[in-house]
Amino acid sequence: MAILEVEDLKQYFYINPGLLAKMVSGKKPSVIKAVDGLTFSLEPGEIMGVAGESGCGKSTACLAISKLREPTDGTIRFRGKNISEMSKKETMEYRSKVQLIFQDPFESLNPRFNVFDTVVEPLRALDIGNREERRERVINTLSIVGLKPHAYLDRYPHQMSGGERQRVGIASALVLEPELVIADEPVSMLDVSIRAGILDLIRDLSERMNFTCIWVSHDLSILSNVSEKLMIMYLGRTMELAPTREVITDPLHPYAKALISAVAIPDPAYKRPIPDIRGEVSQPIDPPPGCRFQTRCKKVMNICEREDPPLIEAKPGHFVSCHLYKPGMEATN
Amino acid sequence: MLMKIENLKTHYRITDGIVKAVDGVSISIKEDEVFGLAGESGCGKSTLIRTIMRLVPDTAKVNADQLQYRGEDLLPLSDKEYRDRILWKEISLVPQSAMNSLNPVYRVGNQLAEAIQTHEPLNKAETRERTHQLFKGVGLQPELTRNYPHEFSGGMRQRAMIAMSLALDPGLIIMDEPTTGLDVLVQERILRELRAIREKSKASIFLITHDISVIAEMSDRIGIMYAGRIMEQADSMELFNDTYHPYTLGLKNAFPSIQALDRELISIPGSPPNLSKDIPGCVFAFRCPFAIRECSYERPPDLEIKPNHFVHCIRTDKVDEFRERAGEKKTWQSSK
Amino acid sequence: MKLRRAKEFLITQFKIIMGNRFGFVGASIIVFFCVVGLLAPIIAPHQPWDTLRDSNGKLAIMRPPSMEFLLGTTALGRDLLTQMLYATRTTVLIGLVSGLISMVIGANIGLLSGYYGGKMDEILMRFTDIIYGMPFLPFLIVLIALFGRSLWFVIIAICCIVWRTSARVIRAQTLAIKQRQFIMAAKARGCTNFRIIYGHIMPNILPLLLLYTAFNIAWSVLAEAGASFLGFGDPDNLSWGGMLYNLWISGKIRTAWWWFAPPAICIVLLVSALVFVSRAYEEVANPRLKQR
Repeated sequence: MAILEVEDLKQYFYINPGLLAKMVSGKKPSVIKAVDGLTFSLEPGEIMGVAGESGCGKSTACLAISKLREPTDGTIRFRGKNISEMSKKETMEYRSKVQLIFQDPFESLNPRFNVFDTVVEPLRALDIGNREERRERVINTLSIVGLKPHAYLDRYPHQMSGGERQRVGIASALVLEPELVIADEPVSMLDVSIRAGILDLIRDLSERMNFTCIWVSHDLSILSNVSEKLMIMYLGRTMELAPTREVITDPLHPYAKALISAVAIPDPAYKRPIPDIRGEVSQPIDPPPGCRFQTRCKKVMNICEREDPPLIEAKPGHFVSCHLYKPGMEATN
Repeated sequence: MLMKIENLKTHYRITDGIVKAVDGVSISIKEDEVFGLAGESGCGKSTLIRTIMRLVPDTAKVNADQLQYRGEDLLPLSDKEYRDRILWKEISLVPQSAMNSLNPVYRVGNQLAEAIQTHEPLNKAETRERTHQLFKGVGLQPELTRNYPHEFSGGMRQRAMIAMSLALDPGLIIMDEPTTGLDVLVQERILRELRAIREKSKASIFLITHDISVIAEMSDRIGIMYAGRIMEQADSMELFNDTYHPYTLGLKNAFPSIQALDRELISIPGSPPNLSKDIPGCVFAFRCPFAIRECSYERPPDLEIKPNHFVHCIRTDKVDEFRERAGEKKTWQSSK
Repeated sequence: MKLRRAKEFLITQFKIIMGNRFGFVGASIIVFFCVVGLLAPIIAPHQPWDTLRDSNGKLAIMRPPSMEFLLGTTALGRDLLTQMLYATRTTVLIGLVSGLISMVIGANIGLLSGYYGGKMDEILMRFTDIIYGMPFLPFLIVLIALFGRSLWFVIIAICCIVWRTSARVIRAQTLAIKQRQFIMAAKARGCTNFRIIYGHIMPNILPLLLLYTAFNIAWSVLAEAGASFLGFGDPDNLSWGGMLYNLWISGKIRTAWWWFAPPAICIVLLVSALVFVSRAYEEVANPRLKQR
């Protein structure tokens, strides 16, 4: 059974125009459709990468899935149970099963807490275990993330490097032994030479500790290395979802094609082609009906401006949301 | 040679010692060339930029064998002379997170105009003409000069900052992390515009970033900086295809690529050294999997291993072995 | 574990205050006054309300400082040194109690208002605005008129007013901290709102809290001195302001400099000392550049 099922997730934010604007021009509230119909499912043990540019809604989706924000619409089911219907007690249990790893190693740790406090805090907050058990778990978790406990327990964030802080953040997420870990750009603020270590760590641990992982990043190079499945989002919707290798080598959606062709390669002989896309990235404010990508797509058709393309299985296991494709068949480009 | 830096040192005095932020850096940048400086956090690249732009605080002691621009030694110039003649006219800067450097209460065009008029006595019409031209040069429509910064996207703001750096037609533009924090498509656009600008203006660019792929794409010549020193310096292709320094080898392995999906990523354990402590010998030795005792005795020379290819290492004779072993994960894991 | 934490905390505070020149001077003065206040009954040579006679048997009225009466005497022949000692006790006590209580009120209102936002924020801040409009003395006068004079009314009146600035400032700081990623992380790790406010946010605003505690005590001392000087203090518990009131109503304010000087100087000293201590915290409370 899928561990996580997200169906038509929507997160809208309403901006009220000023009183004057309302009176003078009858302006209605603007709506930011940060997430607008996100649908996907995860099998236990998978690592799914979520790629997209800023404003695509990936971080907002993470907040909804981790129950830090109520979605406007849609269902999120964890092991079959709808998370919006959870009682307070069930929510606390959910927290112990679904954890987040944050982007900024400098900001995600409380500057007043030392490493022990930070890592033991989830256990204290959820009232798990007694003092000895907690201490043992903290020490274990620190070893697992590669920090020698006795050297680090008493340290404060400002006494550690970015990589070390990030490991502490990971430890505080993993001390609860969660079943689903959502990592929001966990390495983008770290130095290149230590990113690989954290990538390996999370990948190894996901196997060892048996958790499912959603890895959010704008860096396709990193995702290509760490995730098995890749989902590409644009303005709040899934554009493409398939095994990573397939998305990278054979992208179907015009946006995915442009994005992947635009990724820079660390090879001086490589000439980046000009991406097949027009315009600037748009804001998810008051989007027009139809496909989100219509304003930038070079293959836009009339239907794209009227109807939202559904997420269909164009090839086995390869989903795309685009009018160019029909289920089971490739489009005639 | 447009800019020649030889043995530049910037040392900061702090309460318990001296921080050798830049410790003997030698770089040459030719006319109409892009020099890419790759370096991670703490390597000293910010200090290097500030030293060239004269933005270092008084607690810093700067000296060099040479710091020449177009044959003229910059160090003896007074601050006023530097400001009048060099700053922005010959050498300009696009700072890090430049998109946040724009004043939110002034129109972008006005800020650009101000930069121009501070250095050149143009009248209003001429300034406006120049501002429009500069905007066109970075792919922004001239009408946009009337907008405020918050009405621009991140990428557009960055391009506006690049336009500002071009305002007085300088010979050298220093760009500090110009595409960090920007999305892939925006980054591609900006770098494309930069290449177009270079076609027209012939300015050299000193590009500083930790993004190896950007360096690979843009640079004619590359320098790798670590802990205040240059570990390796060579022409772009040469550096990538004929790598000598262990740190460079490490960086290459640590950087993912979507064209190399099966390559294992290997990180370099440890962290950059504390620059306030005196480090005998090679600054990379304690992280280097190939270091031997002798590496920590004396500071390695900058060996010209091949024409115009400099390596800061005493073990260049073993490079073939290093190149092979660097590709294996276990080599790096035992070095800590 | 908690005991060790408390000890570490006190040691850190000690270091902060003593490390700073201002802090050191301020703390010394405060400690001095506290000790004096504590030992007052023991070291006072006489009783504060006794009319005294000098060695010659004459009534010791309006005597300037002498060997017999170190600070001189009042118009009613009372020993000023004794009065000062007992008044120190009262003033310091009122200052500390009022200051601490108003800090507790202000901090909690600020924290709750800043953290929860929305309706709670609006209600609490409107309430604060109303209190801002409330004048201190008339309020005290009303209390006295209704319930008579008492030490406690002075304390209550001060507490009702002094917290308002602290609330605003703490709220602003709470708002800033609330946005930071480690608070969201705490929420994700299962912390209840209560735990986040008092376990995560409060430790981060501690320097500011302590700074404003010092201020609050200073304002309380001033408020009390002012009220007592105008005659609204407790006549049974003399404070420095009360002494000045007695001086005023005796009509001798122009001549009895020895009566005027000690209370006035001590008020200035104590308030300054508290401000000095808060200076020591300012260096800590101001956002430091994050050390990377």
